[in-house]
Amino acid sequence: MIYEVTIDGKSYRLALEQSGGSWQCRINDRDVEIDAVLTRPDVLSILIGGKAYEIKRERTPTDTHLWVGSARYAAEIRDPRSLRGRKGGQAQEDGPKKLIAPMPGKVVRVLLREKDSVEAGQGILVMEAMKMQNEVKSPKKGIVQKILQRQGDAVNAGDVLAIVE
Amino acid sequence: MNMFKKILIANRGEIAVRVIRACRELGITSVAVYSDPDRGSLHVRKADEAYHIGPALASESYLNIARILDVARRSGADAIHPGYGFLSENSRFAQACADAGVKFIGPSAASMEMTGSKTRARQHMEVADVPFVPGTARGLDSPEQALEIASKIGYPVMLKAAAGGGGKGMRLVHDPADLKSALEAARSEAQRAFGDGEVYLEKAIINPRHIEVQVFADEHGNTVYLGERECSIQRRHQKVIEEAPSPLIDADMRRRMGEVAVRVAQAAGYTNAGTVEFLVDQDRNFYFLEMNTRLQVEHPITELTTGLDLVHLQIRIASGEKLPFAQSDISIRGHAIECRIYAEDPDNGYLPSPGKITLLLAPSGPGIRRDSGMYEGWTVPMDYDPLLAKLIGYGTDRQQAISRLQRALNEYFVGGIKTNISLFRRILADEDFRSGKLDTGFLDRLLKRPTIETRPENPELAAIAAGIFATFDAGGNNSAVSTGSNNDPTIWRRIARAEMLHN
Repeated sequence: MIYEVTIDGKSYRLALEQSGGSWQCRINDRDVEIDAVLTRPDVLSILIGGKAYEIKRERTPTDTHLWVGSARYAAEIRDPRSLRGRKGGQAQEDGPKKLIAPMPGKVVRVLLREKDSVEAGQGILVMEAMKMQNEVKSPKKGIVQKILQRQGDAVNAGDVLAIVE
Repeated sequence: MNMFKKILIANRGEIAVRVIRACRELGITSVAVYSDPDRGSLHVRKADEAYHIGPALASESYLNIARILDVARRSGADAIHPGYGFLSENSRFAQACADAGVKFIGPSAASMEMTGSKTRARQHMEVADVPFVPGTARGLDSPEQALEIASKIGYPVMLKAAAGGGGKGMRLVHDPADLKSALEAARSEAQRAFGDGEVYLEKAIINPRHIEVQVFADEHGNTVYLGERECSIQRRHQKVIEEAPSPLIDADMRRRMGEVAVRVAQAAGYTNAGTVEFLVDQDRNFYFLEMNTRLQVEHPITELTTGLDLVHLQIRIASGEKLPFAQSDISIRGHAIECRIYAEDPDNGYLPSPGKITLLLAPSGPGIRRDSGMYEGWTVPMDYDPLLAKLIGYGTDRQQAISRLQRALNEYFVGGIKTNISLFRRILADEDFRSGKLDTGFLDRLLKRPTIETRPENPELAAIAAGIFATFDAGGNNSAVSTGSNNDPTIWRRIARAEMLHN
């Protein structure tokens, strides 16, 4: 199996050959032999040269993370032979950036208007969830291009609230 | 004295599960109530009976006295356990239960009212020879009066709301010039938060320790104290990690604080479980802060260090039993530390993090207790306090409790949502925490310091694991399911026959 893997933004080319519990891996240009079993969905037990690792996978609608011990890595994987594209493309630094709802809740106050200028970290609107109000802040310095929600709207995690260009 | 046959638990989450377990252990039928988003909750799964009480909004469900009493009537419950929060300290509810002929497992409405207002509590305690932070026992009438009292006590002073806590209606004032505006701000905040703008004034104790004492009283006039809990580690006046006993307290101070706590409870005519909170200053003087008229979140650390089951005791005392022990029978053994696991994002200002728990690997083993309301596959609702579970480490001494808790936190994995588990790793690794140097400023100071956690970085292993997961997703062969000859039934039969022949 051949994969292109991105871990925290860095790319790796991975070739895997499985024989029972034993896996021959070629990662970029390094060869590693490991023993791996799937102990339950999303939990791998991996042995390398006698060292034992418990690797957990965490999948949400928007992304995938892998945990090695208490270290968490953002992971994207692409099978080059498949026609499916990459999951979750990263927006360019200079282009328009979306303001995403970090959790489900209700928009209780819109602080700015379209065409207002905004600083990175400045609040664009206020959401309410779990008895608390939280300001949702602009991801970058720029101009508020579009505000897609109004006061009183209910939103889900991952919904686009506004666009800053 | 008649033990209850059926108890309604007017609560949700981990505490509802805890009380349901106690009912089961005592052979009592448990009745759960649930709102729309809680239909799939753990407490509904574990109860003997469950009734729907309304939509997510607490005022239409868990805070709705009429609906809860209606369920009590329909289910035939003869007692109600209110848990903590919600209606547990609501004297109207306690009275409504009494009027409906259902036993409220807790104190009477009258003793709740007495301790519920901080100024009224002070007024009663003053006659009971209870030490107080110097200040007023009555709400302030005017800025002029405030200025006069403050100049007598000495700055800095603390303005506080009589009707509630959690930091609302509180203002620290260092300078007399700021007192008038601080008073106005405290009043309006208190009015908004509690519907009561009454504010009083106390000397501000710098970097105090927050230490509370568990008390228990039966309905026959016996009151005992069950040791203290150290609760100084707080964020925005919310407790985060608690321990028993307090590293600061010796046996003599424990006895003196306990005796004052008992006097407070007696002055209020208190019955059942309660907690008396104290502030302790740098010179180890203690001052009465307030009394909580309910079972508290952190009760497990008292259970572990005294060997008592407090919920069993609550139920038995409410059914009319006498306390089955005297003060001299109580001893504190070992050390327990509790972490409150919340669905919050510590990297994002502790924003609540509701969502679906996709993977749950929960710790266990020696000295580990876990009181949890979550399970794998459960969606944490956004409508309530995001407490998921309490993780408690218990050992023969503080060091062992800490190392067991650290070990358990390492095993704990909650995937799909953010939790504050990483915060506890930081706290337990901190030098000041480990040497017992605690005060209410501890967590603010720790959080201001940058995280210097250095973990072995292993992105290549993560990449390999990503590929292996993908292979299994596509239907790869998993050798975790034994296909080898080790599981051949003929081998086992051969071994068994050989053993039989030898015997």
